Parts: sequence; structure tokens; C-alpha cells
Amino acid sequence: MPDAVPPEQPHAARRRWIAVLARSDAAELCERLGTLPAYRVLRGPEAGLVMVRGRTGGGGAPFNLGEMTATRCSVRTDAGCVGHAYIAGRNERLAELAALTDALLQDPTRQNALMEEVIEPLAAMQQARRDAVSAKAAATRVQFFAMRNMRS
Amino acid sequence: MSATVALPGFTDPVGEAQATFRAVLDAMARPGRLNRVGAQLTAPAPLDQATAAVLLTLVDNETPLWLEPLVAAAGDWLAFHCGASIVDMPGNAAFALALSLPDLEALSAGSHEAPESSATLILQIGALGSGTRYRLSGPGLREPTLLASNGLPADFAAVWQRNHALYPRGVDIILCAGTTLTALPRSVSIEEA
Amino acid sequence: MAYVTVKGGEQAIDNAHAWLAEERRGDQAVPELSLAQIEGQLGRSVDRAMGEGSLYDRELAALAVKQAQGDLIEAAFLLRAYRTTLPRFAHSLPADTSAMQIRRRISAVFKDLPGGQVLGPTYDYTHRLLDFGLADGDAAVVGPCGGETMTAMPRVPDILGDEGLIEHDGNGEAEPGDLTRQPLTFPAARDMRLQALARGDEGFLLALGYSTQRGYGGTHPFAGEIRMGEVSVEIEPPELGFAIDIGDITVTECQMVNQFKGSKTAPPQFTRGYGLVFGFSERKAMAMALVDRAMRAEELGEEVTAPAQNVEFVLYHADNIEATGFVEHLKLPHYVDFQSELENVRRLKREVTRMTESAEAAE
Repeated sequence: MPDAVPPEQPHAARRRWIAVLARSDAAELCERLGTLPAYRVLRGPEAGLVMVRGRTGGGGAPFNLGEMTATRCSVRTDAGCVGHAYIAGRNERLAELAALTDALLQDPTRQNALMEEVIEPLAAMQQARRDAVSAKAAATRVQFFAMRNMRS
Repeated sequence: MSATVALPGFTDPVGEAQATFRAVLDAMARPGRLNRVGAQLTAPAPLDQATAAVLLTLVDNETPLWLEPLVAAAGDWLAFHCGASIVDMPGNAAFALALSLPDLEALSAGSHEAPESSATLILQIGALGSGTRYRLSGPGLREPTLLASNGLPADFAAVWQRNHALYPRGVDIILCAGTTLTALPRSVSIEEA
Repeated sequence: MAYVTVKGGEQAIDNAHAWLAEERRGDQAVPELSLAQIEGQLGRSVDRAMGEGSLYDRELAALAVKQAQGDLIEAAFLLRAYRTTLPRFAHSLPADTSAMQIRRRISAVFKDLPGGQVLGPTYDYTHRLLDFGLADGDAAVVGPCGGETMTAMPRVPDILGDEGLIEHDGNGEAEPGDLTRQPLTFPAARDMRLQALARGDEGFLLALGYSTQRGYGGTHPFAGEIRMGEVSVEIEPPELGFAIDIGDITVTECQMVNQFKGSKTAPPQFTRGYGLVFGFSERKAMAMALVDRAMRAEELGEEVTAPAQNVEFVLYHADNIEATGFVEHLKLPHYVDFQSELENVRRLKREVTRMTESAEAAE
């Protein structure tokens, strides 16, 4: 994970933790956050739809594929940070916790600790899950040139 | 993000939106009748509570909204809570928000095939129930009714009748003041009383 | 035509619903199905309900499948109805299938392509022998073993495209049309056609796709590539001003490659059909790609002769919720219509009898 944010992607770090939070489990996130600071909900948590788009041919003009459920929430901590979350599926608790975490991560005095205690562990778990799927897929790749000894 | 976004929307989104929608429906069906909405809302300046309630209820990301310059300050709040897409040209708007009567002819009057695709003007004025009196007649009114309001221009009746003459095309108006609203559907005829 | 209100049916309807609930539950001594079981163990039913319901939410789809007792068109109907209760927040950025986390990726046109043939959890080699081991339940499941990391998976159209042998995807970032917001009108642009096919009935599309292979239109297709796996979905909320990742969905994508002879203006090139559907729905993705290509007949200067090439025929009949709506509406009371038909038939019969009798009397 980059310590310095490249100028072409000013929001790279925030985009990354938002992606990690969107894939996390509400109970897991709550446990890692520990005591929650005071905050107020600005909007939501509310369930709604996102129209998923694909591309014609896979790379051409966009078309509407179909809708998916999503839940969003925006909160404001008493310290004044505003956090947002949009997550796939219907999960009001996760949306609210993710929005709160997004707000807390924008506080420079808390960011490092939160990255280390919350985001990185969750990111590692998510990567491990992806790696497990990759390994299974790789095991089903046909090895056309594998030879077997006919004689023992 | 501006400070106004920190103001919440409806505390009970489903209940309040339903009640506001019902009030607007009722006002359109019975022109000139006064309805109360938005009493629970903290509206962003310079919007009144009824105006904010109507916008939260009717506007979303698929209904382009035109804001007159004087209400631009509420733009962030509207974009956040309604998902409103704000347009520059009044002619492209499904809803228009203003504090004084804009040029109705600049708003979409719909087409003959789809008269309902016209714009609806949400006009916030000084007061409803007191001030200049107008006589309303037409569908929804068994007999003509009087509407008193403060904040419409002196030639409003004449301007309105030009809009009314376009029927079935034309613009509809929702008048808001404080926590009160009333509606003027294009089908109603207005003269000074 | 007037529909007669059915009075006095409330009691009957209540009892019908009670019996339905009882039938749905089945034998109380047998454990009730959980949504987790349906979602986890009947994934293909869930995929089909999501695809034809046009709503990606595995848990909701599992609930719909349970409520519909496994009737997948009924389940899709439930999901279509449910989506009308939810507000739309945003549309996504177009999903990048080239960045898919691959579970399955095969090609019938290149044997040893970059990234290889990854079979995934496929039925293709099962010989379709019923496995009575599954009937016993609780059989130990041993997953796949060994497997190195996955390598890059360039898209087959890009591999062929480098030599200029295949038509490009096409450009344009135009706002696509949306069938959920505007009615279908003709001529229907490709974006609307693909949206309609993606939510269309798998059986209907399968039959039409099959028909193109049997000579009803059709241009000798090859499965250029089929890939299945997870893609991330991104949206750009106005309050943030940059794109964010909201999670993953599973999709199946199919590229069909068809031969085109070329014309005075166009060099000989492969033409393409495209399929993209929710879930692990390979059959539907392939059928969708065949029908997509067939519907492009006119655009590609081919003679339009077959049902699959008839865009109106395909698109008007592809949606099974619309189809079942009209077919099943026949159950509604048509008493008045029928009464008038009955009177007509009786009157004609009387006239025929009278004419026959007077003809006989005259002899």
C-alpha cells in the first residue's frame, strides 16, 4: 500500500479503504473499530438500486445490464468529519459502520492506527479469499503438454 | 462539501414523503386549497419548509431540476438528499425552483402526445392565505374559489391565462409559503378578484 | 372489455393462500429450507431468478425461489415487483470484464491461448450420470487441489483484433437507453437489444440460438471465449466526485465469433455476437450471443429471413414476465365476451338448422 499518494490519483488511498470496507463483514468491522465515537447520520442507511452497466462486445459502448441492490449511508462525526458508504447488497449496519469508518479515516490523527488495525487486516483477509479462488481456478487449468510416464 | 449538506432530510423518509405527496396530489385535484407540509423539516436557506418537503418528495436523479440564481445556495443540499441533477437551461428541467415568477414560456410545456412531460414550477412566495386575491375556476372546483397570496407579480392573472390557453400543454405551479402549499394545475382558470 | 369483479371470493382466496402456504412448507417432519441453503446449494436457480428478474441480490433471489416453490419465472416475477419499491441511487461505470477474477475461461477457437483453458466448476465433463451419492447426503466434499497463480487473460477479440481480422467492439460513450424507463421502440439500438436479451427468458433464447445453428439464419458461429467470475462494480457519487468500488458481482460473458464474407467496402472480417448475464449462466450467455448476432443481420447486410433475425419478434417475446402476464390473463373472467360468442354460435347453428329444414321441406 502506497505511503505517498501519486498526484494523478489524489483519492487512491481513500478509494482503496472504501473498497475494503464495502467487502467487509459488519460484525468483524464493529469488533475491530472498538468503541465508536459520537456521530450523527446525515442520510440513510437506506437500500436502493444501482443499474449495472456492461460494454457492448466487452469493450464498446455502454449498455444497461440489470440492477443490483445497494445500501448507502452518510454520517458526520462530532469532530466534524463526513463519511460516506455505498455497499453492494442490503446491509444497513455495514453501510453505517463503513460510513463512520470512512469519516474517521479522514482524521489525520487517527488514520494510521485505523489503517493498521482495521483496514489492513480486512484487506489481507479479502486478498486471501481471492487467492484461494485463484488457486482453485488454476487447478482446473488444462495442462495440454503434461506427459505421464507410461511405464512405472 | 458545504455546510448545508449537514442538514438532514426527512427524519421519517417514507412517512413524510408519502404525506407530502398526498398533499400535493390533493392540492392539484382541488386547486387553491391550502395544505400543510414540512413542519418537521429543517430547510436549508433560503427555502421554506414546505418548499424543501415538496422537493424531497418529487425530485430525484431522473428529474432534471433548474434553480433560479437566488436559490443556488440550496443546490448542494438538494443534490445530496434528492440526488437531483441540476440543469442550466430551464427548458430542460422537469422541475423548476424559484422565489419569484420566472418566464413560464422558458419552461417546457410538454408536447401534444405527452403533455405530462412538461415542467412543474415550485414557486416559493411570501405568504398564502393573505394578500392579493384571485378567483380560480375550472376542473376540481364545483364553484369558483378565492386564493389569497403575497408575492405573485401584478400581471400574474394575464400571464397565467396565456399558459392556461396552451391546454393540454402548459406548466403547473406548486405555490409554497412557510409550511403551506397550494397548486395551480394548468387546467384552472385565474382572474383577479 | 370489462372484467367482472369477483364477489364472495375473499374466503376462497384466504383458504387458497392458506393451502398454498401448507403446500409450500410440505411435510412438517422434514426440515424447512433455509435461504442460506438455497443461496449456497441451488446457486443456478438463484442465478436464473436474478437474471430474469433483472435484480442482482442473491439473498432476495433465494427468498423468491423459496416463496415460489422453485418456480423460477414466478421467482423472477417476485423480484421484478420488489425492485419497484427501491429507489435508484446511480448507474455503475461500465464493468470491466477484462479485469474479471476468473473462475472459468475457455475458448473453442484457440487451444493454447494466453492464460489457458480454465475449466472452472463445470458440468461439461460429468457425463450426465445421476450421482446417487448426493442422495445420501453428508458426503464428504473434497475441493480441487494444487494450482499455481493465475496469469494474464487477454480477451480473444483483442488477440484476433491485433491482426485486424475481427470487427472492433465499437466506440462511443453515449448514454445507453433504459428499458426500465422508456418503452421499447423500433428500430431498437444495440444497447436496448442487449438489455432486453440479458433479462430475457433462457429457454426462448436457447431455442432461437439453436434455430440459427440449424439453418434459420445463422452464420456458423464459434465460441471465441466464455468467461465467468467476479467483476467489481464502481459508481461515482456526486458527493464524492470520484469513482468508488461498491463490491463484486458474478457474471458470465460470451464472445461468439461468426464469419463474414466482406463486401466492396469492408474487408473480410469475423463478426461478433455478445452475451453478458448475471451469475453462472453459461447456456444463456451463449444463446444471447447467438441471438445478438442474428439480430444484427440487417446491419451487416444479410438477408433477414429467420425468426431469430426478426428483431421485433425476438424482443417482443423474450421477456417471460410480460409473456406470462398476457398468457395467464386468460384466466381472468371473460364471461361477457364468451357469452356474446356463445350467442353467436347458437344463432348461427339455428340458422343452419332452419335452412337445412326448409331445404328438406322444399323437396
